[in-house]
Amino acid sequence: MALPAQPSGRVVVTGMGAVTPLGNSVAEFWPRVVAGESGIGPVTLLDASEYPTKIAAEVKGFVAEDWLDKKEARRIDRFIAFAVAAAQMAVDDASFPTDDAELKEQTGVLIGSGIGGLTMMTEQTHRLHTEGPSRVSPFLVPYMIPDMASGYVSILQGFKGPNTCVVTACATGTNALGDAYHIIKRGDAVAMLAGGAEAPINPIGMAGFCAARAMTTNNEAGSRASRPFDAGRDGFVMGEGAGVLMLEDRDHAVARGAKIYAEIVGYGMSGDAFHITMPESEGDGARRAMEMAVKRSGLQKSEIGYINAHGTSTPYNDKFETIAIKRAFGEHAKDIPVSSTKSMVGHLLGAAGAVEAIVSIKAITDGVLPPTAHYETPDPDCDLDYIPNVARQAQVDAVLSNSFGFGGHNATLVFKRHQP
Amino acid sequence: MADNVFEKVKKVVCEELGVQESEVKPESSFTEDLGADSLDVVELVMALEEQFSTDIPDDDVANLKTVGDVVSYIEKKLG
Repeated sequence: MALPAQPSGRVVVTGMGAVTPLGNSVAEFWPRVVAGESGIGPVTLLDASEYPTKIAAEVKGFVAEDWLDKKEARRIDRFIAFAVAAAQMAVDDASFPTDDAELKEQTGVLIGSGIGGLTMMTEQTHRLHTEGPSRVSPFLVPYMIPDMASGYVSILQGFKGPNTCVVTACATGTNALGDAYHIIKRGDAVAMLAGGAEAPINPIGMAGFCAARAMTTNNEAGSRASRPFDAGRDGFVMGEGAGVLMLEDRDHAVARGAKIYAEIVGYGMSGDAFHITMPESEGDGARRAMEMAVKRSGLQKSEIGYINAHGTSTPYNDKFETIAIKRAFGEHAKDIPVSSTKSMVGHLLGAAGAVEAIVSIKAITDGVLPPTAHYETPDPDCDLDYIPNVARQAQVDAVLSNSFGFGGHNATLVFKRHQP
Repeated sequence: MADNVFEKVKKVVCEELGVQESEVKPESSFTEDLGADSLDVVELVMALEEQFSTDIPDDDVANLKTVGDVVSYIEKKLG
């Protein structure tokens, strides 16, 4: 099939794949999110008895050998394996042509990671210290670097278009999708596999985030510990997984008769220029990212029917994100349902924005807004409609998704029902 | 002794390169027959060094093309 002579300037989502603490496919994950289930439980990937935080949202039942050959499955870092699986699911879901050499040259990969191969790095650092430099694996560097999710997926899929990586901490997944959207929009690729992957549940990852006092220590709450916007929230729950979406030039998708989930219509970015880990106290950076995304979408603010919040369950984020939403949307803010997927799957760091993009899109296609789970006690600082505990049927045509990262990175996407 | 070293080498090769035991013969070339790239070879050599508690200098690695090369090399080293 001939490729479009001109980019349409419009970008649609034609495939979605996910590996999450609530299921290793979108089909398994989505109903559980709608049901308000929790993927959080005691840490099993390491002995967490000495850590202040002893719970996490782990991916269960993931078998790397289902997606990679035996040799690679044994030694690859977990974040790359998650990316490979989610990418394959997105390609399959999109029924993307795999036998078109010209199309493959016009198809790129942009799967980010907040940290990269942390397990690889810590295991090999241990070897360096205990056995010496000659015992360090030749696979340390390739499987540690965050861009290898994109690199590896491009090799497996044969996609030879733009191949890059975004590293913006917890905003990574949203920035990756937004940057890939721009690449297609300006005509540098016809399609992009984009999203994020993360596997930080290991000793150094847990210790580091515990030390930064970013995670909950409410171990007694167990599966209910992630409680965004609730007065009792005390930090995020570490998650892991990957989300990958097939983004495609709209005319190309239509011409090949692809199923179209939604259109990406707006992308906003900003920097806090404030603090290495704390969000800016007036939510100014977040507000500007949201305003840029809505402005670029050409929609009125009143047309945004649902916000999938960053909603980490940290005291600061949820308070300042609430302020930012109110400043961005004014009077309309109280009318927009807002929920946090992290209440159920924890915080997937660099993969969060990609998995939450899938949730945002499913809200449009399925007419249901997933809840903020574990919401018990209202916080006077968080006074929006958080869809507490129970999903809501609603027809929404435009949805906004936020992600914010350490370093003051703010990223917002706007998804819209595709109009033929 | 020879069989013993070969069996041990075969086990390491299967583990490191993800191949079946039946594929590993004395004449099997690591790169041509067993799908190893340059990084695989480095990791394989490290695993062999560990298995046989010996050092295999890079200069020697250049001459170890097949499973049989490795077996004779190690037999000679262990003398």
